[in-house]
Amino acid sequence: MTVSAPSHVAVGQVPGGAEQAPRSSAWGWVVTTLKYVVLITLAASFLLPFYWMASSALKDDSQIYTVPPVWIPIPAHWENYWNAWQTYDFNLYITNTLFKYALPVTLATVVSCSIVAYGFARIRWRGRDLLFSLCMATMMIPFQVTMVPLFITFKKLGWINTYLPLVVPYSFGDAYFIFMLRQFFKQIPRELSDAARMDGANEFDIMVRIIIPLAKPALTVVALFQFMWAWNDYLGPLIYLNRQDLYTIALGVENLRRTIGTRGLDYLAYPYLMAVSTVITLPIVIIFFFAQRTFIEGISLTGLKG
Amino acid sequence: MAISNVKPRRMSSAEWRNVLTGLLFVSPWVLGFLLWTAYPLVSSLYYSFTHYDLLRPPTFLGLKNYIEIFTDDPHFGTAMYNTLYYVGLSAPLGMLSSFLVASLLNTRIVGRSVFRAIFFFPAIVPAIVTAMVWQFLLSVQYGAINSTLQSMGLATIPFLSNPTLAKPSLILIHMWTQGNAMVIFLATLQEVPRSLYEAATMDGANALRRLWHITIPMCTPVILFNLVMSFIGGFQNFTLPWLLTQGGPNNATEFYSLYLYRNGFKFLRMGKASALAWILFLVIVIFTVILFKSSGRWVYYGGEE
Repeated sequence: MTVSAPSHVAVGQVPGGAEQAPRSSAWGWVVTTLKYVVLITLAASFLLPFYWMASSALKDDSQIYTVPPVWIPIPAHWENYWNAWQTYDFNLYITNTLFKYALPVTLATVVSCSIVAYGFARIRWRGRDLLFSLCMATMMIPFQVTMVPLFITFKKLGWINTYLPLVVPYSFGDAYFIFMLRQFFKQIPRELSDAARMDGANEFDIMVRIIIPLAKPALTVVALFQFMWAWNDYLGPLIYLNRQDLYTIALGVENLRRTIGTRGLDYLAYPYLMAVSTVITLPIVIIFFFAQRTFIEGISLTGLKG
Repeated sequence: MAISNVKPRRMSSAEWRNVLTGLLFVSPWVLGFLLWTAYPLVSSLYYSFTHYDLLRPPTFLGLKNYIEIFTDDPHFGTAMYNTLYYVGLSAPLGMLSSFLVASLLNTRIVGRSVFRAIFFFPAIVPAIVTAMVWQFLLSVQYGAINSTLQSMGLATIPFLSNPTLAKPSLILIHMWTQGNAMVIFLATLQEVPRSLYEAATMDGANALRRLWHITIPMCTPVILFNLVMSFIGGFQNFTLPWLLTQGGPNNATEFYSLYLYRNGFKFLRMGKASALAWILFLVIVIFTVILFKSSGRWVYYGGEE
């Protein structure tokens, strides 16, 4: 990125997406063209790694080590995708990741963080803000500090090689999502709660019948983010899951990568690796494609002051 | 934060009810905090003063772990240096690049949401895929970049196998994943009141001045947030270096978290690993405090309630 990009931004235009007519001078045209060139080049380079991965999956070994690189494999071995998946236990890994990790932890997070965020956002009580500051402060603690004792605790509980260490702590809330939901809950007009209170409703009723239904967008964002985070998580499973039949897809792929060349499976090893990687990215792509709006608004929800 | 001029006074029964109700709702978090945060924090502090290999009960060592780390362990210095290098570059560069891209996207362009999606997407891809994709792209033997260079008769670039290039390569990959920061910046930029720009333009301010005196100051809260989170995250950076370089080549990417992980889970020196963790915690706290203290000078909260 060139440092002159910002001046391209504002020349003749008002940031904020305002619709001001561009200066119809030659200079204006040059700037606009330059801008698109930069953007398109950047976008292409952002997508390049994915394209390289997906297309490499279609190669056979003769096309992997070539100079210059093969950008469009001909012939394209579409069967690599199917074969790679069958050769290793990825159906098991997907099931593990989905049903033992991603879905349970998402449910636990959404439920627990809603309840806690409600307490921090919709009820006024002495000491609330102090406690909330403590909650926020915990985000500063590096995971390494608690990693060792947590591992030891879980070992003593016999929870190693189960998914419990990964799911259970999230049943108690997570500071980041509590913050996100609290931001959102606070924006719901106080009058709604007050009116319900005057009608004799207790806080739990108010939460379940009024606040939660209104908070569906925010809850969706939390669910999406948590699901994706679990789908992508590598370190957690690395620490707690040592048996191959328990692997998540992250561990499965990494295991495959590490054993290339040592398994006597050199043939088509890299294309298979790329194929598998492409497949495990697909759910993310699909979710993202459909929920793009929600994602991006959700990011804004957390990053902005409020 | 707590209001300092409220003297403790008797609370009415209504207030007590509120406290109890509030506590009830946040009790999952409180319990979780005690179980998964407070207790491990205290434990790890305790373990840091012991020798503990998980096989036998911990033996008390006093400050020996800390002394060993600072005097007898060459890897500590390397790990600290590598991590500071990485954090010092990746946080500002990541923020800068995402801010610039967001600024570019904030102008009158067609297909803003498409570009935004493309730039955001790498941020949500599994780390293992990021690692594989980039390993496959940057490799000397079969990477696309080096093959292209070779076919043009140029020398190859050993991105991840050369000690001098390894860290910058990781920083580059990091910048590729900053899509979420970019989205936040974009949203912030779009909220800057147009009236400010119009007034400035009427006063004769040119584009650069508008950027420096309006745009950037209005974004400083988000910039601070981004820097703090980037610093905290950067110090904990584990997955990508673990997958891509395993700390090599020549310990060039032996970051603090890898070094800690090895001490704890490979060498089973849980005591030393705990000590290392607390040192890291201290460093992060110091950095965060410095950042916040300095923020008084350059962060402008005028746009907030």
